[in-house]
Amino acid sequence: MRAVIAEDSVLLRIGLVRVLEMAGFEVAAETGDAESLLAAVETHRPELALVDVRMPPGFTDEGVRAALRIREASPATAVLLLSQYVEERYAADLLATQSPAGIGYLLKQRVADVEEFIDALRRVAGGGTALDPQVVAQLLLRRGGGPDPLSRLTPREREVLALMAEGRSNGGIAAALVVSESAVAKHINSIFAKLDLSAADGDHRRVLAVLRFLDGTP
Amino acid sequence: MATRGALRRTYTWIAAHGPWSAWAWRNTAFAVAAIPAALPAGLGLLSVPLWLVLVLALGPLLGRLQRSRFWSLLGLEVPEVVRAHPWSTPKGVAERLRSDATWRQYAYHLLVSPLMGLGGALQVLVWAGGFAGASVYGWAWALPPDRSGPGLAGAYDLVTVAGALLLLAAPWPAALLTRLDSAAAATLLGPNRARELERRVEDLAESRAGVLDAADLERRRIERDLHDGAQQRLVSLAMNLGIARATLPDLPPEAKAVIDEAHREAKEAIEELNSLVRGLHPAVLEDRGLDAALSGLAARAPLPVELTVDMGTRPGPTVEAVAYFVVSEALANVAKHARAKACSVRVDRMPDRRRGDLLRLVVTDDGVGGADPAGGTGLVGLRKRVGSVDGTIMINSPLGGPTVVTVELPCGL
Repeated sequence: MRAVIAEDSVLLRIGLVRVLEMAGFEVAAETGDAESLLAAVETHRPELALVDVRMPPGFTDEGVRAALRIREASPATAVLLLSQYVEERYAADLLATQSPAGIGYLLKQRVADVEEFIDALRRVAGGGTALDPQVVAQLLLRRGGGPDPLSRLTPREREVLALMAEGRSNGGIAAALVVSESAVAKHINSIFAKLDLSAADGDHRRVLAVLRFLDGTP
Repeated sequence: MATRGALRRTYTWIAAHGPWSAWAWRNTAFAVAAIPAALPAGLGLLSVPLWLVLVLALGPLLGRLQRSRFWSLLGLEVPEVVRAHPWSTPKGVAERLRSDATWRQYAYHLLVSPLMGLGGALQVLVWAGGFAGASVYGWAWALPPDRSGPGLAGAYDLVTVAGALLLLAAPWPAALLTRLDSAAAATLLGPNRARELERRVEDLAESRAGVLDAADLERRRIERDLHDGAQQRLVSLAMNLGIARATLPDLPPEAKAVIDEAHREAKEAIEELNSLVRGLHPAVLEDRGLDAALSGLAARAPLPVELTVDMGTRPGPTVEAVAYFVVSEALANVAKHARAKACSVRVDRMPDRRRGDLLRLVVTDDGVGGADPAGGTGLVGLRKRVGSVDGTIMINSPLGGPTVVTVELPCGL
């Protein structure tokens, strides 16, 4: 699988290339700003673009805007965004785009946990989702309180929902909560029932369903 | 008592302004310098209308002349009246006609200045007479005896003494003139006291806003430097240690333990640096505004926080920074002291007729209450930071709770 990187810090870029290669990607291009990232995606049509949110020239949300354009122009390219801080609207914007490709939004510091980061890279490249727990926490926060179907969930079901929203599989959720996979499946069915959602297949669609509910985006 | 004090002050004044003092010369020069400025009044002796027209026309010039007389000879600054428009424009003329300061200035030029010019002329006469008298023997010796006049011949000693006394006494009237002139100038030439204070308050408010903005800018600069430097390095370090951990499974257990330890330390350092940067000036605040920054804050709080932000347009960066600090401190206080189960943060913008729009922050928790607004560095710091932008803070915290902290910040800054 081929990947391109957009990260303006050279130091970090070297490390990210190393991790991508460990994960089995061939790094087709390394760039330091949004313009050359878009050009590189156009040229190489990679399976994955690993993109820093804060890049030149404005050092604000260049990466997010580039990611949105990639999802429109190159629907086969999955995008994993790395950010210094979480802005849930970025996540909502990204998830609202209609694209079959995978999407991820992680805090930059998560790259330190190399194994988990590699998992996230593979999951996103394979069409799945990786959302930072902080993103999920903020999305849940915005829906907290009021006459909300979420309030019908038990604390355990909320935990499961949060892990689902991060993009974890049933196995991953079971490992995180130290319960059996069948228990997780039972919780998920109960969540879907309470939220009036029909259980759908695949990590990505599952997360979309969760987020559609969380954020009200289609 | 009062009379004794007045007497003592009079003695001190007399002692301080005698011919032996440095003031004596300055005062004399100052009093004499009133003469040229009063020259137009001299014309008044010939034609009053000409004098009035001349003073009216030369008003600004005379003002400048008097100001420089006070400044260069006494070191006294008579502040200029600040005008919005130059006098050569119609607006400027209208502004001056309406302003009471203009008429006070003309009162000085028409009444005080001629009197002071007269005073200056008397000074000159006193000095001339004093010199002439004190040196009467010299005159008698230098001039032929028949022209010195026989009548005075017997009184030369008396005339000499009188002349010397006149010279010795001259500095006191000069001091008196200086004092009267200074007082008149302060009330008539300078701006009105209340207006001066008003201007001073405006200046102070402006310079304080400047200081706040500078501090804010500095925080943002430090944040950016840390982000570009130390943060990237630490993330890179932690990632490399993570790679080492993942790619070297066959290391001796001691080496593996050391790498694990270093990896954990590096991750903790990143966390610490992140929270430090958030305390300085979070990047999200600058990039995405208060709403986004607060939702990050609420999500990281150790208790459930219900956040409602209804703000419309963004307030200025300084106000945003203070608002962020307020909520951050308030949530930290709730987590530390309130033993609350839940907390709500409400931010809205409301119009205020007196102070422009207000940003209102209300932080409510269901904890034990009893927060003392005076005690605790947290609340004191909060009060100071809110006060720095002319905001108000109200803490309502009865024993048993709930605690409601209401902060209002003017958005204008």
